[in-house]
Amino acid sequence: MASKLSIITNGIIKNNPTFVLVLGMCPTLATTTSAMNGLEMGLATMFVLILSNIFISLIAPVVPDKVHIPVYIVVIATFVTLLQLLMQAFVPDVYATLGLFIPLIVVNCIVLGRAEAFANKNTVLDSLLDGIGVGIGFTLSLTVLGIVREILGSGSIFGWKFIAGDGILAFVMAPGAFLVLGYLMALFNKFFKK
Amino acid sequence: MEYILIIVSAIFVNNILLAQFLGICPFLGVSNKLSTATGMSGAVCFVITLATVVTYLLNQYLLVPFGLDKFMQTIVFILVIAALVQMVEIVLKKISPSLYQALGIFLPLITTNCAVLGVAITVVTKEFSFGGSAPHLMNLGEATVYAFATSLGYGLAMILFAGLREHLAGNDVPKLFKGLPIALVTVSIMAMAFLGFSGMV
Amino acid sequence: MALCLTAVCLVCSALLGATYAVTAEPIAEASRKALVEAISQVLPEGGEISEANTVEFGGQKYEYYTQSIDGQTSAWAVKSTTSGFGGPLTVLVGVGTDGSVYSTKVLSHTETPGLGAKCQTDEGFLGQFRGLDPSVKILKVTKDGGNIDAITASTITSRAYTLAVSNAVEVAKTLKPENKEE
Repeated sequence: MASKLSIITNGIIKNNPTFVLVLGMCPTLATTTSAMNGLEMGLATMFVLILSNIFISLIAPVVPDKVHIPVYIVVIATFVTLLQLLMQAFVPDVYATLGLFIPLIVVNCIVLGRAEAFANKNTVLDSLLDGIGVGIGFTLSLTVLGIVREILGSGSIFGWKFIAGDGILAFVMAPGAFLVLGYLMALFNKFFKK
Repeated sequence: MEYILIIVSAIFVNNILLAQFLGICPFLGVSNKLSTATGMSGAVCFVITLATVVTYLLNQYLLVPFGLDKFMQTIVFILVIAALVQMVEIVLKKISPSLYQALGIFLPLITTNCAVLGVAITVVTKEFSFGGSAPHLMNLGEATVYAFATSLGYGLAMILFAGLREHLAGNDVPKLFKGLPIALVTVSIMAMAFLGFSGMV
Repeated sequence: MALCLTAVCLVCSALLGATYAVTAEPIAEASRKALVEAISQVLPEGGEISEANTVEFGGQKYEYYTQSIDGQTSAWAVKSTTSGFGGPLTVLVGVGTDGSVYSTKVLSHTETPGLGAKCQTDEGFLGQFRGLDPSVKILKVTKDGGNIDAITASTITSRAYTLAVSNAVEVAKTLKPENKEE
């Protein structure tokens, strides 16, 4: 049981996709203008990550080595399109906010990375747990980044405004994204990398 | 005139790396050395332009007529890009083994460089208006110029950044900031400089 | 090997085709709902809203919806797009048959967050268009000699927004009110 739990916690801290593996940087930087956006993007990625991990661990034994990458990409692209259609149907507002970055989950290195490094040589259950762990790790990082940027940039948290007027606009724009990520990474190094 | 606006906009104003956040992973990954950064930029430049033209045509003449663009676009685009990257890899292996060696694992990773898929999807879905013209979807000519200019912008940011990073390597950086954190802070300042171009087009 | 890849592709396409067939209706429904909601925000309450029509004006196509009360046209909602600071800015403008603006709403934009993007929420700016009579007020920002106060630090967005409204007003002038009773 402990080993199952450690699969999940590994994804959150030791193999944190954002701060340790430094994967999936594009949505991390682009969609974290507010805490809510970051959270939504993280959950969307987690959805694809879990499904593709399960499915790939199922089919991995029968897929010939030479074509495994194209097959994985097709599988991931299928789940991403599935997510796209579902989001358009049921949460069109969220889809409109995240825009291009939903189809781009296909090329998020985290998803293909976990398929290659974990799902294709582990059991279905372990792959599911890995998907959950890494998904939570990614979602947490994006939310934290979103929270910091929203506090500094708009003076609010999850849309709740605590100062009148504007924040420091640069934090909502591109430079702030890089700057906050840089500082958070340094902080992460201080506390988790000995 | 419109083409010039597209080029200026794609290279400076809406720089793909510094304003649109596409293709960041290889940007941080291979920008340690100027020479690899240049090679990577070249490869990306070639792949983006080629992939955009091919996917644009496929979308226009195959997916849209059959009503498949709503749900097959992502799969078809990514497969075409993957195939093109393989091709570039084979060609590069033949004509420049040293460059091939330098780029190492990053060449296959162009497939998962979201700049390529991002530009391909953008040109067929997003409406543009340059210099006050009525907003419209791009035609093939505009799409090609846009893709090429965008990849030039990618190269520009990448090479500038690699140059900065080479200097950074010899500096006394606080321990916690060594490596990526200080690199990100540097990109932040570059992005701020590029913000100066905004509103130009 | 090739067989495996083909099989996976076939299965995946079939799966997606099925999902698309199932979700097509909710997707259309969602976008219809969003549009109806937007239209109801820029037009007075009541009456019936027509299907989308298009009209050409100044070399650009405009989509519009006609609102009619008891078979008589009372107002139009015109979709008007101009280029803002970051790209296209689409505004839905409610115009009465008397040529006055009822209200306006942003449909899509690519303006800078915190600056130009305020054109969706800034009451001080948006309030100026509510019930505006173009024969009394000039639809231009004050910098260009008009009567519209721009959003602070976002003149280009304000200019684009104002132009979109002014275009919509011009478009509405070319539309003829229908009166089924005559």
